[in-house]
This record gives sequence, C-alpha cells and structure tokens, in this order.
Amino acid sequence: MKSSVIVFPGSNCDRDVAVALKKMQFNNQMVWHKETSLPKSDLIVIPGGFSYGDYLRSGAIAGKSLIIDEVIKAANSGCFVLGICNGFQILTETGLLRGTLLRNESLKFINKDINIKVINNKTKFSSKYKLNQVLKLNIAHNEGNYFTDKNHLDELKNENLIAFKYCDKNGNISVKSNPNGALENIAGIYNSKKNILGMMPHPERMVDSIISNTDGVNIFSSLMV
Amino acid sequence: MKFSVTVTLKKDVLDPQGKVVQNTLNSLGMKNLKSIRQGKFFEIDIDEDNQEKAEKLVKEMCEKLLANLIIENYKIIKL
Repeated sequence: MKSSVIVFPGSNCDRDVAVALKKMQFNNQMVWHKETSLPKSDLIVIPGGFSYGDYLRSGAIAGKSLIIDEVIKAANSGCFVLGICNGFQILTETGLLRGTLLRNESLKFINKDINIKVINNKTKFSSKYKLNQVLKLNIAHNEGNYFTDKNHLDELKNENLIAFKYCDKNGNISVKSNPNGALENIAGIYNSKKNILGMMPHPERMVDSIISNTDGVNIFSSLMV
Repeated sequence: MKFSVTVTLKKDVLDPQGKVVQNTLNSLGMKNLKSIRQGKFFEIDIDEDNQEKAEKLVKEMCEKLLANLIIENYKIIKL
C-alpha cells in the first residue's frame, strides 16, 4: 500500500509516523505542504505537531495550505485519511471532519499515557481491534477538548462514527477518565463514509514493544487487510 | 479602507482563558467585575474605495479563516 505523510512547518511527529508506516510495510512518501499534487496514495497521514506554530487557531493555517486542496479531493474520492493530534485539528479546520478541538479544560498542556476504548471495530482503520478493547496510547496536546453541536453528536452516535473514547484501564468511561474535557470522552471520530479518522492520541508512538507497547499497530495494520 | 474585526467565543462555549483573567483581576481587588471573555482583534486595511465591496471582502475573510464559526462569532467595525 502507498502512503503519503504531509509535512508542514512545525510538524514534529511526521518522521515517527513514517517509521511506523515503513514498519507496517507501507511504501511511504513525505509530501511538503507547498506541493500542489499528491503522489498516488491509498493512505494520507496528517501528522501531529504545531503546524505554523498554532498561529490563529491550532490547525487553521495548515487547513488552508496549498496541498490541502489535493488532500480534500483525494478524501472525497475515497482515499483513506488519518489525522493524528494536530492532524485531527487540521482536518476539522478543512471541514473534512466536523466539530472542533477546544483548549483543554485544565488549561494545561497534557503529555501522558492514557487509555482509550475501541467504540467501532468495523472500519478499515480498526478491524484488527476487538470491540471495546482498551488501548494504552500517549496524548500530547493543549487543544484536545472535542466539541460539536447536538445534531452532529446525535449523528456520530446513531451512525457509529465515534472511533475511540477515553476510559480508565478497566474500560470505564467517566469524567474521571477524561483527560481534556472532551464531549462524551470522545478521543477520535470518523466522517460519515468512515474513510477519514481523526484522533488525538498518537498510535505511531505505540508500535514497538522495546520503547513503549504495540497498541497502536492495528490502526496501520488494519488498513493492510 | 480600514476595518477592525473582533473574534470572540460564542456565549455557550467555555472560555477558560477569560475565566483565568477574570479570577486574577478579582484577586487584584477588582470586586465588581461581572465577567470577562477573551477574544482576538484584527486591524485590516483594504485597497478598495467602495465600502459595500470592502465590507463584503472582510466578511469573507472572517468566514473563511479568521473565525471558526462552530465556536466563534465575529464583529466587523469600519474605522
């Protein structure tokens, strides 16, 4: 499978994602944001970081960059798109995913390992996980507090578009296990066609048992199936 | 033609930064303070003499980039 990682000034998880993709046998290319055409890709990854120094709003400037028109076109024609952390923020700014990511309720930048629960395992991104499986991934963000309007929240629930929810290590979803104040503990969502996934936790940091764990592997390997 | 644009969080959206500023002012002894909402301010100079056209352009700027309409409102004032 072919993948492209989009790189913005201020991206800092681009190479981590590239390492993870290569490990999963993706044929990966890095694509600078000023490019106006995308190499043929089955998967586009918008990586984490602080694109454009989070100027204006996190993801706002990257969401209007040159390459983004091509990403939108590819996404609309069914290409898989994965936005991680700042990538999720960028996807909401482009309109490919609805809702937005507000500042963490605590007003603090949070960098720690958390648990999330797999809410839908019937998508191309999640088929190798078990339903309700609890994963341990890392979060590192200042704006991860997902917010959307009531209509969209109902749609997310009715159409099974919530990918992951923050939980404790036993899988309990509660205010206590919500690190950033996100609406209903939402850690990741799909678009209605389920070819776009945006998530705040970093699966690319959990692909090697020597330095962390391998809970993030299946996001990438599910796509290979 | 010059305009100012103020972007603020909508009424129902929590504004944690505003709240912290408010708490700090309270602790400085400003007891009559009722509420503070923090926002962003832009000064925009447009090369256009027709006010209607210029205003339309500023509105477009707000909706395309300056404000995130899911959570923010904007206000345009001609300077």
